[in-house]
Amino acid sequence: MNALVSMSGIEKSFAGVPALSQASLEIEPGEVHALIGQNGAGKSTMIKVLTGVYRRDGGSVVIGRRESDISSPRDAQEAGIATIYQELNLVPLRSVTENIIMGYEPKRLGLFVDWREGNRRALEVLARFGIDIDVTEPLGNFSTAIQQLVAIARAVSLDAKLVIMDEPTSSLDASEVEVLFGVVRELRNQGVSVLYVSHFLDELFQICDRVTTMRDGRTVSTRNVSETKKLEMIADMLGRNTDEIAAEGMTDFAGAKAKRGDILLRSENVSTGPRLTHFDLTLHRGEIVGLGGLLGSGRTEAARALFGVDALEDGVIELDGHPGQPSGPGEAIRKRIGFLPEDRKAEGIIPDMSVRENMTLALLPKLAKRGQIDFEREREIVDAFISDLGIKTAHMDQPIRELSGGNQQKVLLARWLATEPDILILDEPTRGVDVGAKREIQSFIRSYVDKGFGVVLISSEFEELVEGADRIVVMHEGRSVTELANPGITENILVGALAHHDAGADTWNAQ
Amino acid sequence: MERTMKLPKRVASMPLRFHGGIVALVVLLVFNALFTPNFLQLQTLFVNISQVATIAIVAMGMTLVIATGGIDLSVGAVMALAGALAPLIFLSDLGAANPALGVALAIILPLLVAGLCGVFNGVMVAVLNVQPIIATLILFISGRGIAQVLTNGNLQTFSNPSFSYLGTGKILGLPFQGWLALVIACVLFWVITRTTWGRYLLAIGGNERAAFLSGGPVRRVKIGAYVICAVLSGFAGLIVVAINSASDAARNGNLMELDAIAAAVVGGALLQGGRAPIFGAILGAVIIQLVKYTLLANGVEDEVALIAKAAIIILAVWMQQLRRT
Repeated sequence: MNALVSMSGIEKSFAGVPALSQASLEIEPGEVHALIGQNGAGKSTMIKVLTGVYRRDGGSVVIGRRESDISSPRDAQEAGIATIYQELNLVPLRSVTENIIMGYEPKRLGLFVDWREGNRRALEVLARFGIDIDVTEPLGNFSTAIQQLVAIARAVSLDAKLVIMDEPTSSLDASEVEVLFGVVRELRNQGVSVLYVSHFLDELFQICDRVTTMRDGRTVSTRNVSETKKLEMIADMLGRNTDEIAAEGMTDFAGAKAKRGDILLRSENVSTGPRLTHFDLTLHRGEIVGLGGLLGSGRTEAARALFGVDALEDGVIELDGHPGQPSGPGEAIRKRIGFLPEDRKAEGIIPDMSVRENMTLALLPKLAKRGQIDFEREREIVDAFISDLGIKTAHMDQPIRELSGGNQQKVLLARWLATEPDILILDEPTRGVDVGAKREIQSFIRSYVDKGFGVVLISSEFEELVEGADRIVVMHEGRSVTELANPGITENILVGALAHHDAGADTWNAQ
Repeated sequence: MERTMKLPKRVASMPLRFHGGIVALVVLLVFNALFTPNFLQLQTLFVNISQVATIAIVAMGMTLVIATGGIDLSVGAVMALAGALAPLIFLSDLGAANPALGVALAIILPLLVAGLCGVFNGVMVAVLNVQPIIATLILFISGRGIAQVLTNGNLQTFSNPSFSYLGTGKILGLPFQGWLALVIACVLFWVITRTTWGRYLLAIGGNERAAFLSGGPVRRVKIGAYVICAVLSGFAGLIVVAINSASDAARNGNLMELDAIAAAVVGGALLQGGRAPIFGAILGAVIIQLVKYTLLANGVEDEVALIAKAAIIILAVWMQQLRRT
């Protein structure tokens, strides 16, 4: 049988940084194909190349039998490829019917929309998935799940041959997920292929036929799901042998460990909403506590709670023995907490400002005398950090957007080190930086902790957690479920702890 | 060493459109010197300075608001409101009995009311998260209405030399309001480049979430920007009233929001925020005023001048686009 979509040797770089190299993907007609990999592995870049959002630098994309010349999302739609994004691209204020037939309305006298026919078509296409709703109601009145199904229905009504779903279940509850799975199976029965991107590996066992794993912009494996164990998938994603236990340090965290000191921070039964329901953590001076867990397990929400960004609904946060959550970032900084957010671009850098201005942003209150910035001290501090952290910049007044990702991250790390916090919360501190900068950043973190400060480290890289953290708090679905202590943690133990608390753990145990 | 290096770097990285603005200014001046009768005379300078000062003062406030990524449509209405209040105060019984106190209050109270308008705008935007264009539309509509209700829709004429000094006084032979605009510009420039408030202002416009997560007092700074803009608008309203020795609530500051936004944009402000070129705003105001004057002095009708103004804005926006890509 001929593959429906065949991508091979795909190359794509952004500003000289390769995002995909020799990546490949093959999807058969009528199969549900999973695409997995860690953040930054290249999944979304791959999809965007396929759907014409990005132009590939090299390689070939064959759809059906023809070399694809898709260069825009509209072309992709005409070629039978529909993408259901996490953020739905529908119009919530218009009716379900309008959303389904938009752009392809049945006409009467070639001018007026034939609503009766439109409603009939909408009902019919929804009925194929066993959904019966009032199609004249505004789409926004329905749940996210229904909206997602409407998006899928729209795709199917446009005769899609391939439906791409990017993290479709991330905002659905358990019963909604079941409905979605029903729809996916129905699509397969109708001969439509589905490319399914998800971080929730258990889902794959329920609905996917094959799984392609990507790592560092390359395709590492394509396996039949029924013959694969979850551990093997995770091993592929991480690039590790499942049986191998790392005997020696691969990161630059390892080194002399400081003596564990007084308790800096304690959080008990902390909850901020549905995504963080029960979080316990104790942080001592001189230790790195890792937060382990899959995407969506509540790691970032926990960090936001500690930094005072999200208000507590329940529970207690204690700093230096005094109860009380910081009222916001400003107060958190005064209470000597620092927080390096995960999304460098959206929450970290101020692109048009200089390295100097970016670095001293959190320090400003301490740099000022009666509201006036002490420029001399500012330049001294920035100079010191540039040389200490080895930041490669032409001069301190260069706009930060002109620096490489690794150097931007070092500037942001310096932003927090400069405030001399007791507690530093680092959310994915080495994501998207090159190997060299990564090691440097890791060693700065370690030497900082050795001075008697505490670090809460969030990382999707198990290696970084296992080797970097003195203890790991394992999180699952908004709860801290277990705690592991070093020495003695291996990636297998961590993976085991994660998997053990996974809802679908039985699925792979049964294999 | 570092110190001496600082200035050239700044100049070198100065936006292209700022140079473009200076080029436009030079072209305008040369054209006028050659073709406009009586252009190179002190009287012409006085007229232009006294007219440009109000635009420049409001445009500087607008620049601060735009730097946060916002916009303030209510500046003209606030001018009308402040302008309507002043004569009411010094013509009142209290003002007539104590002329000095009357004039002082006629300046302070309207500015205070203008400041409250700014607090209203700022709270709407920064606390209630209303989109700036809608939030300031409220006072755009109602501010002038209030001013007209206060004055019963009448033109208030008066003769009060000490108050009129605001619009007709001269220092070293140049109009008072020109000096005032210059002093305001220097103060604002200092605030933006030297204080934490200024640094936060630009950081918020550049990336609000990053500024917030770095402990920036986002709400306070945003409200502050709207308050300063409103107070400066109030000042401009008083100056217009002082120039005319009359307060006309229906016309004072009419369409000023457009002139101010245009001047800020021509001066190099980016509508998405993050940049506050104060002297650019003055340059923009001067260019707009000069174009108006050039066309008028050469017998082109007022209506055509509006079209020319639009052309300048298109040119400025086009140059911003050029630089971004």
